[in-house]
Amino acid sequence: MTGKHEIFQSLKQQILQIEGFKEPLLTEKTSLGRINEAFPNNVFPFSALHEFFCSNKEQVAASSAFIAALLSSHPYKTGTIVWISSSFQLFPPSLKWFGIQPHQVLFLHVKKEKDIAWAVNEALKCSSLSAVVGELPEMSLTASRRFQLAIEDAGVGCFILRANPKNLLTTAVSRWQIQPMHSKIEDGFPGLGHPRWQVKLLKVRNGKPGTWDIEWSNGGFHYVSRLAVIHKTVQKQTG
Amino acid sequence: MSKRFVSIWFPYLTTDWHARKQPALRDKAFVLKATVRNRVIIIAANSLARAQGIRNNMVLADAKALYPSLHVMDDKPTLTTQLPDRIAEWCIRFTPVAAADYPAGILLDACGCTHLWGNEEAYLKDISSRLSHRGYAIRVGMADTIGCAWAMARYGSQTIVGKGKQLEALLTLPVTALRLNGETVAVLQKLGLRHIKDIITIPHTSLRRRFGPALLQRLKQAIGEEDEGIVPVYPIEPYGERLPCIEPIKTRVGIEIALQHLLTNLCSRLCKEGKGLRKAFFRAYRMDGGTSGIEINTNQPSQNIEHLFHLFSIKISTIEPKEGIELFVLEATVVEEAVIKQEVLWQTNSGLLDTKVLDLMDRFAARFGHETIQRFLPTEHYWPERSFKRASTLKEEPTTEWKLDRPRPLHLLSPPELIEVTAPIPDYPPMSFRYKEQLHKVVKADGPERIEQEWWIQEGKHRDYYAVEDEEGRRYWVFRSGHYNDTKSPQWFLHGFFA
Repeated sequence: MTGKHEIFQSLKQQILQIEGFKEPLLTEKTSLGRINEAFPNNVFPFSALHEFFCSNKEQVAASSAFIAALLSSHPYKTGTIVWISSSFQLFPPSLKWFGIQPHQVLFLHVKKEKDIAWAVNEALKCSSLSAVVGELPEMSLTASRRFQLAIEDAGVGCFILRANPKNLLTTAVSRWQIQPMHSKIEDGFPGLGHPRWQVKLLKVRNGKPGTWDIEWSNGGFHYVSRLAVIHKTVQKQTG
Repeated sequence: MSKRFVSIWFPYLTTDWHARKQPALRDKAFVLKATVRNRVIIIAANSLARAQGIRNNMVLADAKALYPSLHVMDDKPTLTTQLPDRIAEWCIRFTPVAAADYPAGILLDACGCTHLWGNEEAYLKDISSRLSHRGYAIRVGMADTIGCAWAMARYGSQTIVGKGKQLEALLTLPVTALRLNGETVAVLQKLGLRHIKDIITIPHTSLRRRFGPALLQRLKQAIGEEDEGIVPVYPIEPYGERLPCIEPIKTRVGIEIALQHLLTNLCSRLCKEGKGLRKAFFRAYRMDGGTSGIEINTNQPSQNIEHLFHLFSIKISTIEPKEGIELFVLEATVVEEAVIKQEVLWQTNSGLLDTKVLDLMDRFAARFGHETIQRFLPTEHYWPERSFKRASTLKEEPTTEWKLDRPRPLHLLSPPELIEVTAPIPDYPPMSFRYKEQLHKVVKADGPERIEQEWWIQEGKHRDYYAVEDEEGRRYWVFRSGHYNDTKSPQWFLHGFFA
């Protein structure tokens, strides 16, 4: 029996490796902290296909920020980033807030979704890049499969922003939704605090989905206990 | 190596062209007319009209008197320049160096070309038969010099002048065969110097004193004592490859094979000389005389066959083969010194100047155009829209720091969108605002941060920016344009979304 179990374990590991969940080096962990635990091997698979669902512009901005923060927090992937979108919306100087040198990002603006898919696929084949971010609302199953194959070859991280998607069937390793939430300043000062998001991991292959509240401050992720936040808003309402 | 030139003369160039367009004219005597100084004169007459004694520059009325049923058409003045250009372009199938020789001739530099047809006779025969098949009456001449070939095409009895024999061939020809202007010819005629043999014996100093340097120059050029160049219709690129096809090519596969073949030759040559191409042009010459071509650009000098082929292959579908392509030409129009990089064992993935990244950018540029790829650098402006600029190259480094002192939204609306707000006077943040039919209640706010117009760039109102958070935790960047005043309340705009 034990022999069988071991065989299953090793086969599972092999499949995971093919899918992009490489056996982690100790130092390769991102500073994602607790979210890492949602993934197999307790490590965020950087070189994989991740999709971000957004239902409005605010969520697109929050997702972009979260992606930028993810990219900057990865210790070994500090190369060039290609950002492919249909319109020019990102404000490059702000990327610096999330730890990315804006002049290290190459932006490609193409109108048609078909062309965006082509460009993402082409970029994923280029192993010198660290990551590709694409704004592709309708990613088809075929497109996602192609991306997955390219990722397995070249090991580039792929982050797809999907605004109001219709097609839910893709081969993405993880599916996220990032929602902005109330910021907070210590000691009750007026004004806005650091950006805070409710990070929902809707789907993760071979892992455990979950929801976390995260604040981005001082160049790192910080977990927020949900109670504290709720408490604050209640106070605001009564006062 | 001695030079060989072919001169082609079209005695009835424009009339032949009209006959080609309207086959009914072939058996008619017809002339082309134009009005010069209020007289209608004949610009060109076809061979049948000439047989009736009609000459060029005759007054039309005189010609009508000679031959009443003469067909008359209007002359197109642009034809005499357009036609030689077009035919010279077509003649590139015989030699890479083809030039128009106005008003009715073509010059070809035939060095190293004739052996492809077997010998010079076969070469000229092919040219003549192809052109006469197209409906042009032609005369050709071939010699070591342009002057001699020109004279042979127009006045000579033989078509091919052997190597170094131009003097003998020219002796019996009239002086007009030397390409002289009208005045010089008239003076020579007056003096009884009708043939070249008459003037060749006169000492050069006397000739120069009497007729100026032009006559002497033409004489020397014809004999071969002075060099003369021609200006080809297509400038010859020093880095170019040609591939003539025996059978016309019509399929994509055929075009790809031709391209691959040309690229292999060109790149091996570039590689030997330590150069790389930045811009290349691939041109296909069709059977019907048309051409179509595709151009590629690279971000760095390249001699990588696979990469260049990939760049071309994105555009191959724009080549129209129609009846078939008979010649492919690949030219490297911009070539630069390429530093042959030492192969690295460990590809470190950093930087924009990595070869693979550059190759990727080339592919993007080939498909979408250069302007779609953007990279940004910081500039020292507070006005948000001007706080960054497009980098012109991938190598360009920032000259100043990206500013981090004030929070800025990650998504910026351009242009800012008008919103309706409820805000207390004078400079408090809004209590609520309406954007796209949705009401947002402001819970928290920061500001104002005043950003003034840079008057040396643009005049206008200043902006008072507020960062606001609504009741659902969404963060926005809004601004009030200008001051409150008595008559009109200022407009508010939404400018961006914070993360």
